Amino acid sequence: MKRSLVRIARWAAAGALIASSLAGAGVYAQAPKYGPGASATEIKLGQTMPYSGPASAYGTIGKLHTAYFKMINDNGGINGRKINLISLDDGYSPPRAVEQIRRLVEQDEVLALFQTLGTPSNSAIQKYVNAKKVPHLLLATGATKWGDPQHFPWTMGFNLSYQSEGQIYAKYLLKNKPNAKIGILYQNDDYGKDLLKGVMDGLGSANAKMVVSQQSYEVTDATVDSQILTLQSSGADTFINITTPKFSAQAIRKAWDSGWKPLHIVNNVGASVGSVLVPAGLDKSVGLLTLQYYKDPNDPQWKDDPAMLEWRGFMGRYYREGDPKDASNLYAYITAQLMVQILKQCGNDLTRENVMKQAANLKNVKLPLLLPGMTVDTSPTDFYPIQQGQLARFTGTLWQGFGELISTDVK
Amino acid sequence: MAAPAPPSSAIDVRKLAGVALAFALACALPFALGSYHVFQLTLVLVYAIALLGLNMLTGFNGQISLGHGAFYAIGAYTAAILMDKAGMPYWATIPIAGAVCGVAGFLFGLPALRLEGLYLALATFALGVAMPQILKHKSIEEWTGGVQGIVIVKPDPPGWLQLSQDQWLYFFTLAWLLVAFVVAWNLLRGRIGRAMIAIRDQPIAAQAMGVNTAIVKSMTFGVSALYTGVAGALGAIAIQFVAPDSFGIFLSITLVVGIVVGGLASISGAVYGAIFIQFVPNIADKLSKAAPWAIYGVILIAFMYVMPTGAAGFVRLTLARWFRRRGP
Repeated sequence: MKRSLVRIARWAAAGALIASSLAGAGVYAQAPKYGPGASATEIKLGQTMPYSGPASAYGTIGKLHTAYFKMINDNGGINGRKINLISLDDGYSPPRAVEQIRRLVEQDEVLALFQTLGTPSNSAIQKYVNAKKVPHLLLATGATKWGDPQHFPWTMGFNLSYQSEGQIYAKYLLKNKPNAKIGILYQNDDYGKDLLKGVMDGLGSANAKMVVSQQSYEVTDATVDSQILTLQSSGADTFINITTPKFSAQAIRKAWDSGWKPLHIVNNVGASVGSVLVPAGLDKSVGLLTLQYYKDPNDPQWKDDPAMLEWRGFMGRYYREGDPKDASNLYAYITAQLMVQILKQCGNDLTRENVMKQAANLKNVKLPLLLPGMTVDTSPTDFYPIQQGQLARFTGTLWQGFGELISTDVK
Repeated sequence: MAAPAPPSSAIDVRKLAGVALAFALACALPFALGSYHVFQLTLVLVYAIALLGLNMLTGFNGQISLGHGAFYAIGAYTAAILMDKAGMPYWATIPIAGAVCGVAGFLFGLPALRLEGLYLALATFALGVAMPQILKHKSIEEWTGGVQGIVIVKPDPPGWLQLSQDQWLYFFTLAWLLVAFVVAWNLLRGRIGRAMIAIRDQPIAAQAMGVNTAIVKSMTFGVSALYTGVAGALGAIAIQFVAPDSFGIFLSITLVVGIVVGGLASISGAVYGAIFIQFVPNIADKLSKAAPWAIYGVILIAFMYVMPTGAAGFVRLTLARWFRRRGP
């Protein structure tokens, strides 16, 4: 009898202990909230990158991200949580991107996707990730379609969009050369038409007659010589060159050799010194205009810039094998910083819903490697983080930024 | 040393048991695995159909094609366009995609008759290289969606089935694979199959025996393309997206790797080859980010050293040894 009472008492005590500890846990559970891929010690992110295949030069972006998050983790992580970036190869092939993204979402259960690269790969996964409600953040592509929160509330791009770029050229011309007679050459695909739309929107219907000639070419064409001659004979004195590197080089050379010599704006895609201007001829490229939105690692005016020194320090310590002349490494650093900013804003509420909410709630964020004065802003109706840029002129050796920042309002 | 050949009926029973076991496993797997793995297995089945088609052409008939990715692309696009533009149900697009590719393959096979061995390989290679650019061409952009490609809606299982979308798609593909295997098995075992092999081994003798080389070769090309087209259509539905970048020349090369690894002139080899091309790139990527294809190459070479007759030959030899040791 006595024994059984003791036993009951013991059970009761144990029960009370368990109950009280449960109640206590209940109180504490209110504080941090975790969705898939997040815990008290870890935040899991995923991405696909073209480590192999035709676009493998961009693979350095994913490698830099990995190195950057290692640095963050070495310094204690974000609120004590380490970032674990799972970066997989998609070979720039959409079917492999679909497969790898499904692995990241269903097997690895990442909290969010970060900087998946390439328009085709992202087009292939967009519907899926939105159906699964996985944040699909800061895509590494310039297409304008990534800022469509109404239809794709889980997808947000990063790059200055092609339409924004086109608008900025138009705004610059309206202000600085209002009597320009504009000739446009564009690649006849989604990218070319996207940028062209930006130019036309920027000019507005009232000024559409400034464009005296529009010529297009196919990616499969051998040259654009005849288009250049047509543009020249149209009487245009300003040339907006919306082309990919091979054709940019041809157009720059031909526009010079034919004696046309207009005010020549070449789009950012075709403005690489190494792969475009050198083949076209550096002497023939002097005076070209293009657009920039982050600092150029080769531009001497940033040589002693604190942000640039910090980046170089990082490259030396964490990413030795990366090329400090490659602008992709600078770009990747900026995007990783922005991702960290989003995660910091999430605080202890690490659910997919809150990640997306915070991504759409970036206010006046200053990233020091963007051009001075630039800020990153988003809202639930504005999914375009970058909407400003500055024109740059080619000096014969490098692109030199000039003038003020120009903003756009692509919606 | 020469072991007495077991009676042929015994082999058939064992073979049948093996096939039944494999089928039971194939039916059980989607219930044991998560949806991501089911999706991967669906791709394995898709590749197996494509490899079976290519193996008929290369393994059984001796015609090398380095451009079968092009037929895969045509099949995928046919299905995608029919679903997207004509609003056709997904299941109805598969036979049409197969038929379109069959005709395309037959027509391509006719001029290719004049080309032997490596020359045919180069001609088909050209087809494979050209295909992504053809798909981007302005004149068909209205249907193909140009560089952007076409996004396809994922099919739902019929209401009376308690399956997830991925499981349903898996069984749908499995059914097509079974049909493909049975047809291939019947075709290759009979008169036509013998004619195909005869043309591969002794073209002149085959002709002397009354085999119509031209028709058999073109027809093989057509059937092979038909299989690959069906696979392309199923693949497009599984991936839910087609774009020119999905069907680069590398796809064609991958298919050739698949049939060699799986085993030339072997029907079951298609499955082994499909498993290889589906999973080895992921393993390679896991081992090295810097040079995934170098790792892939090393694995491939190792495979060919260990299994010179392909995975199918390896399995056959291993089983034969095992049964011999156990005795009748």
